[in-house]
Amino acid sequence: MVVSGVLMQIDLAVYDLVKKFGEFTAVDRVSFEVEKGRFFSILGPSGCGKTTMLRMIAGFTEPTEGRIEIGGKDIAGMLPNKRPVNLIFQNLALFPMMNVAENIAFGLKRRKEKKAVIQRKVEEILDRVSLPGFEEKKIDQLSGGQKQRIAIARSLVLDPTVLLLDEPLGALDLKLREQMKVELKTLQNNVGTTFVYITHDQSEALVMSDHVAVMNKGQFEQIDTPTRLYSEPRTPFVARFVGDNNQWQSRVKEIQAPYALLEADANLQFKVVISRDISIGSRVDLFIRPEALVIKPDEPMRDMNRFEVQVKAILFDGANSRMLANVVGSNREFKIALPQTHQYDDVKPGDVLEIGWNYASGTYFPTARDIS
Amino acid sequence: MKTNKIPWGLTIFLLPIILWLFLLIVLPQIDMLVMSFRAENDAGNLIWSISNYKTFFFEHIYWRTFARTAIYSIIVTFLTFVVTMPVAFYITKVASMRFKGFLSIIILMPFWVSELVRVYGWMILLRESGVINHFLVKLGILQKPFEMLYNDATMIMGLVYTSMLFMVVPLISVLEGLDDSLIEAAHDLGANAVTIFFRIIIPHATPGIVSGSIVVFMLTLGNYLTPNLIGGKNSLWFTEQIYNQFIASFNWNLGSAFGFMLLGLSSLIIWAGLRLSKQHLSKVVQ
Repeated sequence: MVVSGVLMQIDLAVYDLVKKFGEFTAVDRVSFEVEKGRFFSILGPSGCGKTTMLRMIAGFTEPTEGRIEIGGKDIAGMLPNKRPVNLIFQNLALFPMMNVAENIAFGLKRRKEKKAVIQRKVEEILDRVSLPGFEEKKIDQLSGGQKQRIAIARSLVLDPTVLLLDEPLGALDLKLREQMKVELKTLQNNVGTTFVYITHDQSEALVMSDHVAVMNKGQFEQIDTPTRLYSEPRTPFVARFVGDNNQWQSRVKEIQAPYALLEADANLQFKVVISRDISIGSRVDLFIRPEALVIKPDEPMRDMNRFEVQVKAILFDGANSRMLANVVGSNREFKIALPQTHQYDDVKPGDVLEIGWNYASGTYFPTARDIS
Repeated sequence: MKTNKIPWGLTIFLLPIILWLFLLIVLPQIDMLVMSFRAENDAGNLIWSISNYKTFFFEHIYWRTFARTAIYSIIVTFLTFVVTMPVAFYITKVASMRFKGFLSIIILMPFWVSELVRVYGWMILLRESGVINHFLVKLGILQKPFEMLYNDATMIMGLVYTSMLFMVVPLISVLEGLDDSLIEAAHDLGANAVTIFFRIIIPHATPGIVSGSIVVFMLTLGNYLTPNLIGGKNSLWFTEQIYNQFIASFNWNLGSAFGFMLLGLSSLIIWAGLRLSKQHLSKVVQ
């Protein structure tokens, strides 16, 4: 990739990677490149093949087909202990029979580094993860967040070309997870090591990453920046999986460039900005985010699809609060974001009110044969 | 809460154990201890004396047999560990889930048969007119059959075979508790197979190794059947000396002294083993 005339160094490149377990294809022709110093995430539901992919990069699983290059070198057949990558395991896999310093020194000792060098490096890395003076602590004396940081320190001290992370925040409680997300991102920024992070938690991927690949059934659906992934999903799966969405099956009724008129269920007609090729009469899936739906839009607001709904329930969840509503005269239900600004405090179940969305807020995809 | 009531449930459950311990273990042991310090004087009367222990220390044959038994028991324990560790590792970490149960049963199966029968099995295989000799001669590898029984190597092999189960079971249970990702993490951090074995697997398995070793060591040290049948008269196992004193010489006093020497020896070696491996008995026997 050429950025401002400078050829960026590619730390990790994967070409046409395939992994089959018998008849089952876990990873199906995946290709991607990660530039030096980037935070790259692979986001996907459990069983999508992301862990298999990571294990192939780390060297624990041999690919059926394809090529993996780290720092420009093909690493086919290289054993995990020889690869310039390190993996942070889901359960961290700290050695309980060793103290913190011995854990961190483990890899350095394998490289036969001098005792004094090891001691200095251990000290430095503990400073880096803000746990100075923890050398003599036992692993079971550490809290969840501390274990996390020691596991990262143990790998980072080896100065790997690429650091692989296998959902390391999964076991932490919500509050700590939020905190570690920020810490991990800051740490990555400071050390400048390339991170490849896999997770099923979209918030982890979106908050920390420079680029996110959304994976489904062994294939990458889209590789993009978090913002574009959210605002311009390229496949229905991405639209459904990243963020919350309302889905409508509809049919193209008219095309009046730059708008298309869609006929949706419950006798609704929507105008959307044309973003991909469609023809009159074809079926499309329309997606509208809950926060794109405006409650009681003001009269002068232009370019709005407006319709009436009846409130069914209010799902309070702090900043993520939602309102469930039905289109009047139908049981077509959808979710509307309910901003906690006291503006809608009087809205209660049973109310009928107008909602609207901008022509540009909707995304649509031609309906696939199999509706999954 | 103040209760002075006797916990009847606990008492009822504990009573048989306490009775068993006291009547069958503690009482006879006390009697033996007393007996070991009694000897006949010139007039033929029993008096208090340490002459039995003196006999043990000043007769070379007893002393040597005793040391030989101890050293061979340690060798047998070590060999049993060396043989069973790969087996336990294969069953817990390499074999597939379904195969695991099958393999465990295969290991257990020989132990459904009594030790006597198993030892006779070995004898049928190894003796001069036995199966192995027969085939070796038939195939022309040997000119004439030779006696494979009644030597130290065969005896040690027999003892290892007899003890295997008691080592493999604690090893399997301790290796089951070893998280695979620890092995993978060590590999990922640059360790080779040897380092992984000595730095990760052995330290993790130490409690199992020690508890298996204690059982194997005690059983080997106190084994009578296998050394006697496979080792024959040359086996010079200390249990035979005890047996001889009780049954052949009717010298129960000397026999008791020998018994106590053996008890002292096994306690001492196990204590030393625990100290060396930095383990605690209460943890190891859990």
